[in-house]
Amino acid sequence: MRHIISLLMENEAGALSRVAGLFSARGYNIESLTVAVTEDPTLSRMTIVTSGSDDVIEQIIKQLNKLIDVVKVLDLNDGKHIERELMLVKVKATGVYKDEMKRMCDIFRGRIIDVADNSYTIELTGSCSKLDAFIEAIDRSAILETVRTGASGIGRGDRILKV
Amino acid sequence: MDSSTHPATDTPAKSMTGADIVVNCLNEEKVKFVFGYPGGAVLHIYDALYKQNGFKHILVRHEQAAVHAADAYSRATGDVGVALVTSGPGATNAITGIATAYMDSVPLVVISGQVPVPAIGMDAFQEVDMVGVTRPCVKHNFLVKHVKDIAPTIKKAFFIAKTGRPGPVVVDIPKDITAHVADFIYPKTVEMRSYNPILKGHNGQIKKAVKLLLSAKRPMIYTGGGLVLGNGAAELVKLAKALNFPVTNTLMGLGGYPATDKQFVGMLGMHGTYEANMAMQHCDVLLAVGARFDDRVIGNPKHFTSQKRTIIHIDVDPSSISKRVKVDVPIVGDVHSVLTDMNEILAQEENQHTEIADWWKQINEWRGVESMDYATSDSVIKPQYVIQKLWEVTKGDAYITSDVGQHQMWAAQYYKFDKPRRWINSGGLGTMGVGLPYAMGCQFADKHAQVACVTGEGSIQMNIQELSTCAQYGLPIKVILLNNRYLGMVRQWQEFFYENRYSESYMDSLPDFVKLAESYGHVGMRITNPADVEGALKEAFDKKDKFVFMDFVTDQSENVFPMVENGKGLSEMVLSPMTQSRLKGDQ
Ligand SMILES: Cc1cc2nc3c(=O)[nH]c(=O)nc-3n(C[C@H](O)[C@H](O)[C@H](O)COP(=O)(O)OP(=O)(O)OC[C@H]3O[C@@H](n4cnc5c(N)ncnc54)[C@H](O)[C@@H]3O)c2cc1C
Ligand SMILES: Cc1ncc(C[n+]2csc(CCOP(=O)(O)OP(=O)(O)O)c2C)c(N)n1
Ligand SMILES: [Mg+2]
Repeated sequence: MRHIISLLMENEAGALSRVAGLFSARGYNIESLTVAVTEDPTLSRMTIVTSGSDDVIEQIIKQLNKLIDVVKVLDLNDGKHIERELMLVKVKATGVYKDEMKRMCDIFRGRIIDVADNSYTIELTGSCSKLDAFIEAIDRSAILETVRTGASGIGRGDRILKV
Repeated sequence: MDSSTHPATDTPAKSMTGADIVVNCLNEEKVKFVFGYPGGAVLHIYDALYKQNGFKHILVRHEQAAVHAADAYSRATGDVGVALVTSGPGATNAITGIATAYMDSVPLVVISGQVPVPAIGMDAFQEVDMVGVTRPCVKHNFLVKHVKDIAPTIKKAFFIAKTGRPGPVVVDIPKDITAHVADFIYPKTVEMRSYNPILKGHNGQIKKAVKLLLSAKRPMIYTGGGLVLGNGAAELVKLAKALNFPVTNTLMGLGGYPATDKQFVGMLGMHGTYEANMAMQHCDVLLAVGARFDDRVIGNPKHFTSQKRTIIHIDVDPSSISKRVKVDVPIVGDVHSVLTDMNEILAQEENQHTEIADWWKQINEWRGVESMDYATSDSVIKPQYVIQKLWEVTKGDAYITSDVGQHQMWAAQYYKFDKPRRWINSGGLGTMGVGLPYAMGCQFADKHAQVACVTGEGSIQMNIQELSTCAQYGLPIKVILLNNRYLGMVRQWQEFFYENRYSESYMDSLPDFVKLAESYGHVGMRITNPADVEGALKEAFDKKDKFVFMDFVTDQSENVFPMVENGKGLSEMVLSPMTQSRLKGDQ
């Protein structure tokens, strides 16, 4: 099953490579991994999207906790949570595509953030599956380039991951 | 930064170079021996250690041996082992030693030199990304970038190495940092918000465990390296004695329970005794203590779990629990603390006994198989016989190190370890070449002790250069070479699984070990006749201040039994041909 794991770790050189190294060394899946510093500059927050059986997820959580630099780990799937991903898509904006792309962008509540002679760049935020749906919905051959950030996750309401 | 080390307020700060700081830190940690090898990046540190008289530096002949010796020193004493190597090749030579310690959870601090900070990343002479290279085989590692960080980092390194599940920690120090000057303040304590190992077990879980133990009809206690590492042996003996339960040890756990005690059923696993494996397979309540259900211990996990049993598992590392086998009562905590609590709770129980006479009867029947019996000979030396005699001659009280192979298994099977920290070997990584440096570490740990290195002619050649170190420091180690002229363990597998195609497992062009030993100033002995084995051992151990290299020319075709073949269940052991025919004859 797909899991979103959030973690806080010391914002130190090499910390990211410890997490990445753990996943490759133990053969765990990584769908995406995002990391950035938090409001506390000594801490980084990471969101990892992974998949595996319950036993594998249990080991992943334990192994992450075991890393010396990791302060806290939370499996967001254990409760209500929200996930968001940002995608930038550059699409053809010639002929029929011009209106078509504008229309699709509106339906998915995206924004056109760059307009060039032959292309639009659309910005889209949402769950990973919403972004997947957008890609499915538009004509593949119109896509010039896509870039996605990977999911960021946060617990709903009182579920707070903090030191 | 929130993870902090607290400086001692009472010691006035003294200004000194980074190199002097390193040396002072080690002395603050009361380090007695540093095993190392010099080179460019650590020259400042070597100059600083020349000028101090706290710890003693031991010059090995290869960095791998430095780490192995530090590792054995730690296994024998329980203190953190320390090694010092230079950058580049010195650092990479240390890797096998670090990985070996990591797999067996041994606390080490390895200090490596690094190229100067401005040269990092420039493909500088003798540059290797030590933090990157060692990341998968250390508990943690650090690259120190400022002289003021040296002391707090070393403090943290020792703290991390020895607390929780122990392990090696690498501190990589660039050369320029060791020349810079800073105030030396050694922190008194360490606090890290990201690292707080749980030592005290959950009381409710411990109570539940005691109830379960008392309800058992077919109980079994299985202890591993964690019991030895956590110094919990005395508490375990108390518990096992109070309950009269059978006890087995893993290869790493030998000595955790006295082997000569009647409740001990021997080692379990791939080459464990018949009774230990049968009892492990058929018990109804299993107490696992500081052991990690390794693949060489439980055999095929599906086969193992096909038998229903309730498992209680004590381990300081949550990730060891329910990793390979789901457990019913997990107890995260330090063995010593948890077992102490368990004994207290047990003492408060009204009824402290369970009726397990039938179970003991069953176990004694399994014992009757005598799976450790072997065909004796008066024409060729049997390796098992050498170990039995070694046990007798040393009165069971020596430090025994081994290399990796058949000889390792025979040492584990036939030397009866009654005390923890006496059996020093590489179980997790299975590193050939550890034996001699391990013996060095033990001899430094206990200068008057009897130390024997049980080895094979393949393994000993992987760190044979250390004969020179042994000569330099006058270490009276006894090498017990079980010379079968084969990479015996490989040959055994080829005999069983590759129709006797002995591909590259023959050891040709062996040196004359007697002459080799003599060339270093040691005593060499060659023993070819079974009748001479005991006398030769006595003679060697009588030479209390001499290093003696004993080349026992042993049976080339001997195999290790019993054996649980790969993929087979724990109770599906292959017994020795002799045992098999005896059992047939019995019927
Ligand atoms: C040729 C060869 C053959 C082998 N055959 C066998 C065999 O037949 N039988 C066998 O048993 N092994 C055998 N091994 C060894 C095997 O590979 C493993 O190394 C070994 O079984 C692991 O032992 P262990 O389970 O005791 O774990 P260890 O590796 O010793 O792990 C210790 C455990 O204790 C925990 N721990 C550490 N400190 C504490 C503490 N203070 N409190 C609580 N918990 C703590 C750790 O977290 C860890 O889970 C063989 C190895 C070789 C090379
Ligand atoms: C460094 C290393 N290389 C290879 C192996 C694989 N291996 C395991 S046992 C063994 C044979 C050891 O031979 P020897 O030291 O003569 O011992 P014997 O089995 O004959 O007693 C080998 C090659 C290993 N464990 N370690
Ligand atoms: Mg051999």
